[in-house]
Amino acid sequence: MDDSLRGAAAIVGIGELKPERTRPGRDAMSLLAEAAYLAIQDSGLTKADIDGMIVDPELAVGSGGGYAARMAEYMGIYPTWATGCDAQGAAGVAMALQAAAYVNAGLARYVLCGMGAAIDPAMRRRPPAGGRTETATTEFQAPFGPTVAANGWYAMIAKRYEALYGATVEKRAKVSVDFRYNANHNPMAIFHDTPITADDVVNSRIVADPLHLLECVMPCAGGCAFVVARADVAQSMPHKPAYILGGGLGILRGNLTHVGEITVSPVGRGAKKAFSMAGYGPPDVQVMEIYDSFTITVMCELEESGFCRKGEAADWIQAHDLTFEGDKPMNTHGGQLSYGQASTAGGCAQVTEAVRQIRRDGGEHQVPGPTDLVYVTGSGGAFSQQSAMLLGSEATL
Amino acid sequence: MTSEPAYNKPLPTPSAVSQPFWDAAREHRLVYQRCRSCGTRVFYPRDVCPGPECFGVGTLEWVDSTGKGWVYSYTISYQPAHPGFADDVPYVLAIVELDEGWRMNTNIVNCDHDSIEIGARVEVVWDDVTPEFTLPKFQLAG
Ligand SMILES: [Zn+2]
Repeated sequence: MDDSLRGAAAIVGIGELKPERTRPGRDAMSLLAEAAYLAIQDSGLTKADIDGMIVDPELAVGSGGGYAARMAEYMGIYPTWATGCDAQGAAGVAMALQAAAYVNAGLARYVLCGMGAAIDPAMRRRPPAGGRTETATTEFQAPFGPTVAANGWYAMIAKRYEALYGATVEKRAKVSVDFRYNANHNPMAIFHDTPITADDVVNSRIVADPLHLLECVMPCAGGCAFVVARADVAQSMPHKPAYILGGGLGILRGNLTHVGEITVSPVGRGAKKAFSMAGYGPPDVQVMEIYDSFTITVMCELEESGFCRKGEAADWIQAHDLTFEGDKPMNTHGGQLSYGQASTAGGCAQVTEAVRQIRRDGGEHQVPGPTDLVYVTGSGGAFSQQSAMLLGSEATL
Repeated sequence: MTSEPAYNKPLPTPSAVSQPFWDAAREHRLVYQRCRSCGTRVFYPRDVCPGPECFGVGTLEWVDSTGKGWVYSYTISYQPAHPGFADDVPYVLAIVELDEGWRMNTNIVNCDHDSIEIGARVEVVWDDVTPEFTLPKFQLAG
């Protein structure tokens, strides 16, 4: 039809590790390898079939470079094309789009994508001793009190959002509560056994005003991977393919402070591209996997993606049931808030969950209604770079 | 000699490009960069101009800020991210927009946290944390 990637590639295999608070003795390479082995086997392929690879620079920390090649060697896979994808939390979606381009350009037939995250301090790679670790921007952040993970940055987004649009924790809480309900139906979720109420969210301690503890992701160890093949190749593979219908990234800033209105999340540009490439619009979407580092992240992404107008996300969320049984099924595996966030693998697990819903393999948390068209987002840094993608079943082609 | 405990919070690690900012801060002058080619105001320090139509290299010049601006956003941090801040919680981390139109991260100090709001006028105050480094912080303008 045109030169776009619409329906030109599909995700044909998925693998992920249950997020855990820690996995003692496991480093990022070993966790990625285990997830990758699951994804390759799920595809019905052998290691020798994998001729393309895209991995996450988390593996590069302290390594001096060459991490894609070292990851390949570590697993005993010898591809003809291997690169990184430096998109932070946006990488799950970004890797899928990059892989779709690779397989259609003839650079590889089966591209393995994935990331692993260690949490055992003893197993985290350290920057080289004496090396300069600060960037030009952290030099102007750290002296004033670096924030715990991203909490402080997102707190400043939420604070400004409250000032502009008036949505406080009482309204944001529903995001956490609905996702937790989904997690309570997913044995892979780290909070599978713990239901929460809106009162629990509102009464949880404030980490960075106005964000409460139950509005923030918990860092986990884990790994996630998937395999992408060209659409015609995918048709003869074991699983029902999840076709990549469209996607894009919005890249706005390296850090939150200096550029643009901070309550505007950069996913909008990626979403526009995703919807126009796919030929669908927000009302057509049947399932959403929206990157949820914090409650406020979800709200801003919904607005910029076109599901509601700016400033109306809180009301939109109150008006809809976001559980897997609801009218707007969202983060059906529990979201990163309740499934767990194994660093960048957290965003990757939203891609694999989308595939699971399209395959109708969700088990206890399978959406009962149609799941042919799924919208997935990723988010890196503090509203720095965000990604959007539409995945669909054969019926959506 | 003083018996004050050593300063245990992160300090800047200036580069050749950013050193003039910290040199000025030690003299209690808040400075930023402005492009002599296109006029773009720039912060954090760099040596190429990010102006939308500008390809200036080496065109950024240091100029003095009034040190006055407003609270663009802020958070009250209840959890120290670095052991050096353990005794300071809750403390206020903010993005301040200076009147010249550039933003920086800082702390809002010398006030009741309840009196801070987005849009509030602020002015720079200087915290001489070590002999080498002085940090620009902000307080509500009187
Ligand atoms: Zn310029």
